[in-house]
Amino acid sequence: MLLEAAGIKKVFGKLTALDGAALTVGENEFHGLIGPNGSGKSTLMKCIAGAEVPTQGKVAFVNTDITAFTPTERARAGMSLKFQITSVLPTLTLYDNILLALQAQSSLFDLVFSRTRGALHDQVMTMLTQFRLADRAFDAAAALSHGQQQWLEIAMALAGKPKLLLLDEPTGGMSLEERRVTGELLQPIKKHCSLVIVEHDLDFIRDICDRLTVLDQGKVLASGTVSEIQANKSVQEIYLRRA
Amino acid sequence: MLKSMGVAKQAVHADVGDEIDVSVAVGVPAERSAARKVLPIVEGVVLVAALLAPLVLQDYLTVFTTRVIILALFALSFDLVWGYAGIMSFGQALFFGSAGYGVALLARDLDITNIFLVLPAGTLIGLTFALLLGGFLLLGRHPSSVIFVSLGTLTGSYAADRLARGWYYLGGQNGIPSIAPMSLGGYEFSEGPAFYYLVLGILVVVYLLCRFLVRSQFGLALAGLRENEQRIAFFGYKAQHLKAIIFAIGGAIAGLAGSLYAFHEGFVWPNMVGVVVSTQVVLYVLFGGSGTLIGAVIGTVIVEGVSFWLSDNYRDIWPIILGLLLLLVILFRPLGLISFVLGERERVGSFGAKIKEKRNAP
Repeated sequence: MLLEAAGIKKVFGKLTALDGAALTVGENEFHGLIGPNGSGKSTLMKCIAGAEVPTQGKVAFVNTDITAFTPTERARAGMSLKFQITSVLPTLTLYDNILLALQAQSSLFDLVFSRTRGALHDQVMTMLTQFRLADRAFDAAAALSHGQQQWLEIAMALAGKPKLLLLDEPTGGMSLEERRVTGELLQPIKKHCSLVIVEHDLDFIRDICDRLTVLDQGKVLASGTVSEIQANKSVQEIYLRRA
Repeated sequence: MLKSMGVAKQAVHADVGDEIDVSVAVGVPAERSAARKVLPIVEGVVLVAALLAPLVLQDYLTVFTTRVIILALFALSFDLVWGYAGIMSFGQALFFGSAGYGVALLARDLDITNIFLVLPAGTLIGLTFALLLGGFLLLGRHPSSVIFVSLGTLTGSYAADRLARGWYYLGGQNGIPSIAPMSLGGYEFSEGPAFYYLVLGILVVVYLLCRFLVRSQFGLALAGLRENEQRIAFFGYKAQHLKAIIFAIGGAIAGLAGSLYAFHEGFVWPNMVGVVVSTQVVLYVLFGGSGTLIGAVIGTVIVEGVSFWLSDNYRDIWPIILGLLLLLVILFRPLGLISFVLGERERVGSFGAKIKEKRNAP
């Protein structure tokens, strides 16, 4: 297994956001994490990415216990996160946003003497083209539409060639057309990367995911293939019915 | 312009091939030449003015201007740390002053005044102190908050000031007076044009090194650090290390400036390591425009120049006038005076540009 999170508990003061949640993701698997508002999806993502430290439980990534790893260490191990709130660097150009992500693991010497700048140029342009942003390469990221900022951020998250990408609500605030394109943009990465995706748009999830995990009140309600989950009575009751 | 871009587009396609949609990259040279216009002009004007200054200024003003240029060097150190890396150092004088004290002691107790010994020594002192303080404040396992770092540096500077005042060996309240002049063989650098051009030369070299650094890929990492430290940690950057490195470089430059200042003034005193000078350098940079190197230089020259002029003409109320001026600029021009001529895009700059320009040349 690529990722195994088990027994994750997270307590904020009096609120128990996660109560023994678990998530298992295999290689080249697109895994949807769904559940009603407040069920703990984003918190679980943050515990996996290292933005939050779980109160209890264990996260293993490529057979290594990474529970105590910092975000930097997780990134270097091959895990990448796109935040729920877009956090592209608004004053930098799109080109520089991607370059910033691509050069993250260059040595200090290479950075100071700009030794990887030339070698990364083609990769920057390829990523921008892949995410349909090439014609805006030299605009400041702040000038992009919300949907385009999300794409830029996904591109940045993919820049370090992660083994696992965590996407927190990638289509939030997007138009229908933008959602469709986002699905298209994500498909090709399956060849080299697994995906955990938190998303409210169930059609979107059904279209691109192989497996689903349903959270409710900080616990796993069900986990399985898309058709298994769709057939699951208790899931229908708490969640799909409302959708 | 559209026409010329179209022509360039064809040229690129012929050159690079169709794999990548390079049509966009073509915008670069045009945009670059349009965007990169103001800064070199400002830098050139400031340099020419600085080169000519001793020829037109009276002697006492040349001495004053030398002091201002040393302070501008000091301002560069704060600008790197705050303007480029987003580390609020309210204790930059700690490195400036400790280097000043260090070289003063070298001169007083060991008779070492050779420029090739004292300036590296001062730089090293600044670097060491910054590494120690920076290591403590910045190298935790988790990122330290701006408040923590600013209070930490402020406290460091305040403590150093109290220490210097109370320590007899350092001359207590009076500091160390009558430091022998800096020397090179038999030649002694005393106040005047020679000292001025020495300091200007050093400023230019350090400025160019800083410029090289902030425009490199390391500079891009610093921009990321400044804008969103947490984000770049998730890319795999060792954000704290980057901060400690730039903080140490800033300390080294402050140390170099401090040692020049000690020899130029001929004495050091506790204020030099203290909160007053630490705050002063913050004002220079905010006034001129943080995040641009030339802004730090211009800010220093204007704040010091205006203070000089005001204190001559409005002996009693000049600090109030100066304070109001500073407030006005910080309120209405948060990006500093330089923002009157320099656009946001050019201030932030772009980091992959040179390569692209080469590739897209017809």
